[in-house]
Amino acid sequence: MIALIDYDAGNIRSVGNALARLGAEYELTADPARIAAADKVILPGVGNAAKAMESLQERGLCEVIRNLRVPALGICVGLQLLCRSSEEGPTEGLGIFDTRVRRFLFGMAGDNSCSAKNIADATQELSPAKNTKTITKASQEPFTANNSKANWSAGVEAKVPHMGWNSIGNLESKLFKEIPGGSFVYFVHSYYPELCPDTIATCRHGETLFSAALRWENFYGTQFHPEKSGSVGAAILKNFLAL
Amino acid sequence: MVAKRIIPCLDVKDGQVVKGINFEGLREVGDAVRMGAQYARDGADELVYLDISASKEGRRTFAALVERIAREIDIPFTVGGGIGSVEDAARLLDAGADKVSVNSAALANPALIEQLAGKYGSQFVVVAIDAKCVEGQWICTTHGGSRFTDRELYSWAAEAQERGAGEILFTSMDHDGTKAGYACEVYARLCGMLSIPVIASGGAGSVQDIVDVLTAGRADAALAASIFHYGEIPIPVLKQALRAANVNVR
Repeated sequence: MIALIDYDAGNIRSVGNALARLGAEYELTADPARIAAADKVILPGVGNAAKAMESLQERGLCEVIRNLRVPALGICVGLQLLCRSSEEGPTEGLGIFDTRVRRFLFGMAGDNSCSAKNIADATQELSPAKNTKTITKASQEPFTANNSKANWSAGVEAKVPHMGWNSIGNLESKLFKEIPGGSFVYFVHSYYPELCPDTIATCRHGETLFSAALRWENFYGTQFHPEKSGSVGAAILKNFLAL
Repeated sequence: MVAKRIIPCLDVKDGQVVKGINFEGLREVGDAVRMGAQYARDGADELVYLDISASKEGRRTFAALVERIAREIDIPFTVGGGIGSVEDAARLLDAGADKVSVNSAALANPALIEQLAGKYGSQFVVVAIDAKCVEGQWICTTHGGSRFTDRELYSWAAEAQERGAGEILFTSMDHDGTKAGYACEVYARLCGMLSIPVIASGGAGSVQDIVDVLTAGRADAALAASIFHYGEIPIPVLKQALRAANVNVR
């Protein structure tokens, strides 16, 4: 059984519709016992991360989510709640993904939050136990699928919210089985998870390279909305269901 | 880089997509869900459904239609037309719409934008503006361009952003239906002053018109209706042409 966590934080219906299109049965639930008994768990979410976190706490769902051993997928704000903290609020998260969620700055000309130095600094904060992956991924050449198409616009425009279709790269997970790098998925967000050793997909908005997806052990998260990302999104959800 | 979006707009009355042609009235062009699903398969990036029913009955039909659209279509869609209150918007968002677009109601009651953004987040709120150029000034209109308001386009767009709009959908009523191209200079100015995405609407007649508004016009998205509904420009052909013109599209 797939538990789709119903905690009054947005796009539950869209995710349910996408699961139904794939022929998957799911249960909308906020019951900790049902969530603990599920084979797969999806934590959706849109809107304000701090409010969503409160909503999880009010329903007493933080521990049951932390203790999950089955594949679990956080989508958008659902992913953000699985991170250490978010600047939106600000709020603490569940601390499963060892990264912070930060706000995009409009324009971002001076924003170097993705520089190798900052990533190295951020990585030093990681606990030794979790810092098992190298950070080579983050220090590689930035993903450049569309940079060859430098066009009429001299400056890099980065509007906030980051809304629309953007390409993802550096795909490293069964979640992206048979999904080519450079595929477009749909994003709607003003806050982004920083790159970290748990990053399994990256995306660029303006000057900022951020985590489009994260994974730690059985936990997965997508900052984009697979349920609204056409056939690519459907394939990603299908891959999750096959884990 | 976020891709430029192509958005077919479907005017809906009693579940059917209609399009007014040369003031001869409305002509049905097809089933709203089936057409939307076909556009999604063809590579449309988003859809806009506008309810043009005047009756209560029509409104109920539209909400039921939104549920069907949400079940069957796997790309984002915005709904608009006659949304006058947070409750109206809530009904459509609960039915599965990704965004709502408000127009006249926001002009009459600008606080509606804050209420919607406060409750759902800016990303759910599209402020649609229909304006006409009068002696060099772009004046906001309602009722399909037939009534002028005391609002000027640029200041209203800035205010809408300030109040929490997530996108501006500007239709030039001078260009709408002419197929002579979009009001590119107006979009360029809007994009230069706003930090939120701007959707261009009104005037699409050729592939080049769409290239122009997404490049020189700097718009984030191009919306059109008849050129898509009547198969004048198939979306795959348009996407190909945009790629050839170095426009970043999906």
